[in-house]
Amino acid sequence: MEKHDYYNEHSHSYAIYILVWLALMALTAVTVAVAGMNIGRFTVVTALTIAAFKAYLVLTIFMHLRSETKTFLVFVIVALLFLGISFVLLFSDYSFH
Amino acid sequence: MSSASHSSTAHVHRDDVGSRMGMWLFLFTELLLFGGLFILYSVYRFQYADDFHLAAKELNTILGAFNTAVLLTSSLTMALSIVAIQRDQRTLSLFLQIITIVLALFFLVNKFFEWTAKFHHGIYPGSEELLSKSSGEILFFGLYYVMTGLHGIHVIVGMFLIAVMARMTRRGTITHDNYVRLENAGLYWHLVDIIWIFLFPLFYLIT
Repeated sequence: MEKHDYYNEHSHSYAIYILVWLALMALTAVTVAVAGMNIGRFTVVTALTIAAFKAYLVLTIFMHLRSETKTFLVFVIVALLFLGISFVLLFSDYSFH
Repeated sequence: MSSASHSSTAHVHRDDVGSRMGMWLFLFTELLLFGGLFILYSVYRFQYADDFHLAAKELNTILGAFNTAVLLTSSLTMALSIVAIQRDQRTLSLFLQIITIVLALFFLVNKFFEWTAKFHHGIYPGSEELLSKSSGEILFFGLYYVMTGLHGIHVIVGMFLIAVMARMTRRGTITHDNYVRLENAGLYWHLVDIIWIFLFPLFYLIT
């Protein structure tokens, strides 16, 4: 995937950012609307799924991860993995106390 | 992994990729800083689920949603300012950076009114009103003030950072072929946005 040369082939287009912004605003509206409904324990799952998708859009488009080299992607995945590990370890410890 | 791949940028005495990578590494430390607080939040929410639901009713969802929209829009103007500088539209880039700062200020003003209203109702750390509530509610508001407060500090830092970038853009230090500093400030700003994306549903939308 070496097809993106950051400074030469970058699209320099305004449109993609405006589209992502519209998606983020729509998702915010959806998450508020869903929270208003009474769907019990699925509320938090839905809210976090939407939040994760919004974060994904910001990371890939606004923060340009999509057009960076693969190294950046590996960095971010490793960082998120370690955060995930700390969550898993803490909860496994917590639930056996 | 051939060494020839480096030759294309050898004549430029700067390393933009390295610069951005350094910024990302810093952002990971921020991720762990907030990550620790999110872990704390999730354990206590698990332990005091009912109290958290009760306490969250005190928060104004509409104000929270509005502030989310403000911050998302500021992220857009930040991203657009980079496109503008890439296209050598310096005035437009500067304008978009200033809009970003104004939106950040707007966010903080809303936050100020939100906190003031809470204080007015006697809900602040250590207040009699708060201490008379159940321990889960005390924990909820403790986490609320610490996490939104720390996030607020990041918004203030981001504002100053973008203000410095605006000055550099105006003076011609940041140009269409040298704008990595603006990109790094943007990365910081988007991280602040991402943190709020998670804070908003976790505090405002659990009623």
